[in-house]
Amino acid sequence: MNRPHAQDDIRQTVLRLLGEIAPEADLSLVKPDVSFRDQLDIDSMDFLNFVIMIHDTFGVEIPEADYPKYGTLNSCVEQLSGKRVS
Amino acid sequence: MAEFVMPTLGSDMTQGTLVEWKKKVDDRVTKGEIIAEVDTEKAAIEIESFYTGIIHQLITKPGETVPVGTVMAIIQEEGKPVGPIEARTEAKPAKESPPSPVREPVLSPPPEPGRLRISPAAKQLAAELRVDPSVLKGTGPGGAITLDDIRAAAAAPTKEPPTVAADRQARMRETIAAAMARSKREIPHYYLSTTVDMGRAMTWIKEENLKRPVTDRLLYGVLLIKAVALALRQVPELNALWKENASVQSADIHVGVAISIRQGGLIAPAIHDTDKQSLGELMGKFQDLVKRARAGTLRGSELSDPTITVTSLGEQGVDSVFGVIYPPQVALVGFGKVVERPWVVDGQVVSRPIVAASLSADHRVTDGHRGAVFLSAVDRLLQEPGQL
Repeated sequence: MNRPHAQDDIRQTVLRLLGEIAPEADLSLVKPDVSFRDQLDIDSMDFLNFVIMIHDTFGVEIPEADYPKYGTLNSCVEQLSGKRVS
Repeated sequence: MAEFVMPTLGSDMTQGTLVEWKKKVDDRVTKGEIIAEVDTEKAAIEIESFYTGIIHQLITKPGETVPVGTVMAIIQEEGKPVGPIEARTEAKPAKESPPSPVREPVLSPPPEPGRLRISPAAKQLAAELRVDPSVLKGTGPGGAITLDDIRAAAAAPTKEPPTVAADRQARMRETIAAAMARSKREIPHYYLSTTVDMGRAMTWIKEENLKRPVTDRLLYGVLLIKAVALALRQVPELNALWKENASVQSADIHVGVAISIRQGGLIAPAIHDTDKQSLGELMGKFQDLVKRARAGTLRGSELSDPTITVTSLGEQGVDSVFGVIYPPQVALVGFGKVVERPWVVDGQVVSRPIVAASLSADHRVTDGHRGAVFLSAVDRLLQEPGQL
């Protein structure tokens, strides 16, 4: 997880999952520090499905109280890599 | 012999296009099993058989557009004597096709693309392989679309070409326009609203979700849907359809949930027997409906069966919504955003999550008094979330 490209791999995977949730979105335009809900047309059902996919793909337990930690691209990467995005 | 007819999937549907049969002649089909896929103005819909038996004849051909009520297939029903087999060469509207109380607005057909250079054989193959020739670039003489073009398109990834999606979107807009114009023209709406304290409901769901794995967690929306379904048991006259100048109460409660389609538009499929489902079951069905509504794989009964609609625009941040009733239903319940507001409890001002619940109802069927009883019941039910 501490390899330099690990965060890039995670970022790509998160974007791929996001693409499944919001297929019409242009993922190259996703701003990494703006919440997904503010920039993509996703609702709480979509976000729950996104969290479920993160859970299934990365094998992490995500309590409901931690949902906000998965609200932006950078926060997802930080949460999943255990490291701040530099 | 039973006639399988083009069903009406909502009052705004006048015709449908057969995309494909899921069964062949001599196949056995059971009631409720998917027999065909039909393209409507709103979406491609999987249609269930109304009968159990053997497929005797498939009349409508893939690609054909027929009016609602047209006999599409003949099924030899199980346990019924083999009736006289009528030779049918063309589809005709069924006699039992229900008369509309008023003339439905006729939807204009989708715009014709420029005349296509395509042979009948290629056209037929296109229909069989579910390829839209109007979006293809022909490689034959003078740009004609050849059989190979059709085969190549069929073999390509099945993502809907943008023009097809845009066309469907335009048709969906027309359909919604027709239904909503009819609603406002014919239904004398009255509107009520009340503010519901969601404190207990939100606390309950938070605690409940702590016990549930991420895959089984609930959204508060299912509490709202269940509360509406149970409140309808107390005011059943809101759970009805307007048919031929009279309201007909439904014995079953099938709440239609309004789901926005990403590229624009709206669809409100039913969660069957909503009042009898556990919250976990409701959540699973709601998730499945949203997924399939957006993927365009809803079933016919989900579109034709809602007895009331629930819409929630809270996600978009609005405080309240006063909806337009979807005919032939006679009521629609709206929920706004759950927001923290000052609220008086036992003489003290406290901060509570609240939601505005509204009712749009048909004044031909109910009066404000019964509507108020209904909204009070919704409020009361949401104060006991563990009982939902």
